[in-house]
Amino acid sequence: MNLFSRHKNTVVLATVLLAQLLGLAVQVKRQTAEGPVRLIRYVAVSGLAPFERMLIYSGKTVRGVWANYLDLRSVRRENLRLKAESERMRLDRAREQEDARQARRIQALLGFKEQWIDTTVAAQVIGTSGSESSRLLYLDKGTKDGIKADMPVITPDGVVGKVLTVYGDTAQVLMINDPTSGVGATLVNSRLQGIVKGSSTGEVQLNYIMGDEAVQPGEALVTSGGDRVFPRGLPLGTVAKVSMGRNLFLEIKVQPATDLDRLEEVLVITEQKARTPDTAGLGPIRASDILAQHLPGVPQTPATPQPGATPQPGTTGATNGHSAGAATVAAQGTAQSAVQSAVQSGNQGAAQGSLTNKPQTQILKPQTPKPAGTQSGNQGAKQGGTQSGNQAIQKPLAAKPVAPKAASPRAGGANPASAASPAAGEGKHPQ
Amino acid sequence: MRAMNLSYTSREQVEVYRFSWVVSIGLPVLLVGMQAFIPVRLPFFRVFDFGLLLTIFFAVSRRSQLSGTLTGAAIGLLQDGFTHTPFGVFGIAKTLVGYGASSIGIRIDVENPGSRFLLAFFFYGIHQAVFVAIERELLGQSIHINLGHEAGAAVVNSVMAVFLFAFLNRFKIRD
Repeated sequence: MNLFSRHKNTVVLATVLLAQLLGLAVQVKRQTAEGPVRLIRYVAVSGLAPFERMLIYSGKTVRGVWANYLDLRSVRRENLRLKAESERMRLDRAREQEDARQARRIQALLGFKEQWIDTTVAAQVIGTSGSESSRLLYLDKGTKDGIKADMPVITPDGVVGKVLTVYGDTAQVLMINDPTSGVGATLVNSRLQGIVKGSSTGEVQLNYIMGDEAVQPGEALVTSGGDRVFPRGLPLGTVAKVSMGRNLFLEIKVQPATDLDRLEEVLVITEQKARTPDTAGLGPIRASDILAQHLPGVPQTPATPQPGATPQPGTTGATNGHSAGAATVAAQGTAQSAVQSAVQSGNQGAAQGSLTNKPQTQILKPQTPKPAGTQSGNQGAKQGGTQSGNQAIQKPLAAKPVAPKAASPRAGGANPASAASPAAGEGKHPQ
Repeated sequence: MRAMNLSYTSREQVEVYRFSWVVSIGLPVLLVGMQAFIPVRLPFFRVFDFGLLLTIFFAVSRRSQLSGTLTGAAIGLLQDGFTHTPFGVFGIAKTLVGYGASSIGIRIDVENPGSRFLLAFFFYGIHQAVFVAIERELLGQSIHINLGHEAGAAVVNSVMAVFLFAFLNRFKIRD
């Protein structure tokens, strides 16, 4: 007893440290099983979140009154600047829309399935961890708003992080600059893949890129989708500095796309769906379109409507299929055999064979369809619905195909050729 | 006692203070809460560790190792509540700081700004060293320390300590 009272302070210190060490050991072991939220954390967060929310909202109101009603000095100048910017962006948008259409056509042709962001929930940032070693955000939305753990958190600029823990009205977000975070990333130009991680000083780094790879500062970085948390293609940042690391890997510092220190509102992606790009309103997908885009030097030939070239109602489905091989073969008056072989041996074989066996430039030569070719094309369409070939011959260089509305690839559900198109594109069309 | 006589320069320095329970509980909750809230608008605020400064202040004012240990543990665990690290990381670091600061508070003059600056600087270093050791050795995290950044943070926290301690002096109750 005397010994205890004599060394009371040391004993208490040892006891408190031991208790915490034991607690630490239990938690580390439990972390893998993703145990429930601990009561003390729940109390700490739930106790302070309402005050933080109140402070944020009251501050926002004061700022709103000031910015919207009082401080209007530079509004006129800003309005002019925004108008000019809007004009410029409208032009950019038109160009990008065309690029997007083309990308979707190609993706559909290749049978890609993408993760699409279906639903998002906007949330206000109400707090942080308050520590440099733990890069967390607290949001004013929780389970009541449909937020769950591991949901991606983004802004229009790029990725912020992912939801770590969710409470009733609050969610904890682990930012990409936390040392324990990790996001699958792809370098846009070189297509190299690595993992983006944070550091104890809040910097973002791209790891696991081999030292012999060439990575240039300024190269953009997007999510790879490999982590199964973030959808593919979201902006992560740009390469800021590249140097040789201590081991075999490069040391790549990344400038995040989003300003992680000044976040006020974020979007939580609550639902993602995998689906094939929708090309319904984009016109038919034709091998000739793809080829024309890869051969820009050939001049366009205005299409001259031919009596026999108008797509017949019965052949629209066949036209939709746009088997490149059938088009090529039809141009040579051998569509009959191609169609039949497609029916017999399967669309893929026919499409592949046609694409690989025949020179692609033949599609680009404007030819007057011979009666035999037309007949055989149509007959082929009726038989197997693979390809009439007429339209492809008459408008061989149509980079922006205009086709009947029924000419959607989906229309060929019963049409074997519609299934053949993606197969034709799958590594077979010339790059 | 001899060491104490050698180090102290005035009668006031051997005084032991206590604090009302409102201050003992409310102040850490308020300051740690502020530390979590303010960086949303002022990101540089993240560099301050008010939990650490309060632990040092309470420890050197009460001059009791027992009290310093328990105060450090409580404030550290509260801070752990706002992070995603397991409970005990900040808890252990601040327990040791509380014990150490109260031990030093018995022996040296802790009332003048210079000694407070040095005290805060020294214990910031101890705190970070313990924190990194726990993260690396116990949790297996690959934490890299930027010494320049840590030194800057130590200076900033020490300057803050001088002003904060001067402000907090008014809550002291002479025992």
